[in-house]
Amino acid sequence: MKLKITVLVTSVALLVMAFFSSAHQKALLFDVPPHFPAPVYPFEKNPLTEAGIELGRTLFYDALLSKDNTISCGSCHQQAAGFTQSGQALSRGINDLTTRRNAMPLVNLAWSSHFGWDGGVHDLDLFPMVPIQNEAEMNESLPNILEKLRKKRQYPVLFTKAFGSPDITDERFLKALSQFMLTMVSANSRYDRAVRHQGATFTPSERAGWILVERKCSGCHPEPLFTDFSFRNNGLASTVNDDPGQYGITLNNEDRYKFKVPTLRNVAVTAPYMHDGRFTTLEEVVAHYTGVEHGETLDHLLKRDRETGILGISLTPTEQADIVAFLRTLTDDSFLQDCRFAENKGL
Amino acid sequence: MRQSIFLLLLVSSLLGAFFQACQNNVGTVETGFITLRFDNVAGNQELKLGTSTYQNAVGESFTVSKFNYYVSNFRLKRTDGTEYVVPQNNSYFLIQEDKPESQTFTLANLPAGDYKSVSFLIGVDSLRSLADIGQRTGVLDPGLGTHDAMYWDWNSGYIFLKLEGTSSAVPSAQNNQFFYHIGGFGGGYNGKKTINNLRTITVPFGGDVASVTATSTPKINLTTDVLKVFNGNTTLSIAQHSSVMFENYSTTIADNYAQMVKYTNQTKQ
Repeated sequence: MKLKITVLVTSVALLVMAFFSSAHQKALLFDVPPHFPAPVYPFEKNPLTEAGIELGRTLFYDALLSKDNTISCGSCHQQAAGFTQSGQALSRGINDLTTRRNAMPLVNLAWSSHFGWDGGVHDLDLFPMVPIQNEAEMNESLPNILEKLRKKRQYPVLFTKAFGSPDITDERFLKALSQFMLTMVSANSRYDRAVRHQGATFTPSERAGWILVERKCSGCHPEPLFTDFSFRNNGLASTVNDDPGQYGITLNNEDRYKFKVPTLRNVAVTAPYMHDGRFTTLEEVVAHYTGVEHGETLDHLLKRDRETGILGISLTPTEQADIVAFLRTLTDDSFLQDCRFAENKGL
Repeated sequence: MRQSIFLLLLVSSLLGAFFQACQNNVGTVETGFITLRFDNVAGNQELKLGTSTYQNAVGESFTVSKFNYYVSNFRLKRTDGTEYVVPQNNSYFLIQEDKPESQTFTLANLPAGDYKSVSFLIGVDSLRSLADIGQRTGVLDPGLGTHDAMYWDWNSGYIFLKLEGTSSAVPSAQNNQFFYHIGGFGGGYNGKKTINNLRTITVPFGGDVASVTATSTPKINLTTDVLKVFNGNTTLSIAQHSSVMFENYSTTIADNYAQMVKYTNQTKQ
């Protein structure tokens, strides 16, 4: 009897220890910044491992994901540009084709529940299929990619390290990409260091801009993620191509011209702006909100300024400059230069 | 001490439950199989891809180059009115006209008994449509081929039925081609509802009884009539709707395909 109890107690203790040690390891691979909310990605379905993240990084930067082996995920999601395509209004895919929309920044994805400008994909694991199969982006199929991966000597080894056997499947391929992308957390800008009282200094203009953003922009871009992950019509002037945004997904007229509210983190390096990249500078973006176009689905927060009652957001030229100054404090150089996210990690 | 006795009791009852479960598997309950065959037809003709010409109720002639659809979530009704629900994991099939082997499949581990009807969904239910990629293997693999893909990557969800072909009702500028890609599981979109083209079909065996025993496997022959996609509650005109994909009109086509499967007969195997 005594022996049995000892065995029981020991095995329970071992289980508890195993649980805590694995939880501890996960915390090292994915740290929730202290001033961030809890992430929404279901990590229990895809537990991060060092080998899984490394496989994901290798895949992210491998051009064999495209039909003619010329375009990788990193071609349109460049680290130095906050994982957007530097300078391209509409990103350039295979055969120099132009895609339909501006490449979205890849950052803090663990907090997002819908992906893409129109939110048509509900699961980060499924998102890579969109650019892979899009004819103007990578124009490739998953079965072809898996075949190409099986033939390259390094991949069966990397898959074994990550998942315990050399089998290369859709699930493993997509989950490895997710693992890598989930680690792209940006929480160390000058703004973040100020929030954490780590001695960051702000100019009077930046400080004034911060207060203005809290007062005038936080309805859609609340701290600390600077997006509420909603979809809204922000009053852009209509254009010839008439992209209906979220309407294409829901077929609901109320969703016409609604697009995902993008984060403002690293916004100073992700130009050009909006789903079609129509604005090239932050100054233009901020000025846009003082003169939005009225439309049936225009967001209610832009119909009347809270303080002046005027359409859009009322901002003096000085206030606009202050907001731009604050937005530049959201640039996270340690994220933009983090070698863990780079194509050539060891250098 | 009392705690450890409690723990021991817990462990032993768990063990007991485990062994009992095993015993059930060993076969105290008699089980058997039913084979289902989906034979695609066009009215009273066999469906033949590419070669044969058919006519819809509007009078438009057409040929068919592709006809694929998902059937899932099978339930079988016994003559006593009770129902057996086939475990969901074994309940997804993709019928493809160009793959004869896809048109016949067997439901295994059915409790022995007398069955009088079968019902199933055309499409893939919302739960599975939103499930983790790890639960989407086999015919549910979203990455299956580019040409035959039964999945929309840009608007996460399966294409439930794909019907393509040519008709002179479509202008030659569009190569006379028509496309019906019908899907939409009702939306997982932040709780927002979108179109739902899942349809339940119940097929009674017309007074016949399918008797499942350990040694007798009935084969139920069903026909799927592609003309019903055109001729149903709403008459579909190829000229007016030569391409229907993710749009509101697709629900009228779904209402039509809800009537496309009928019982033919059963054969013993």
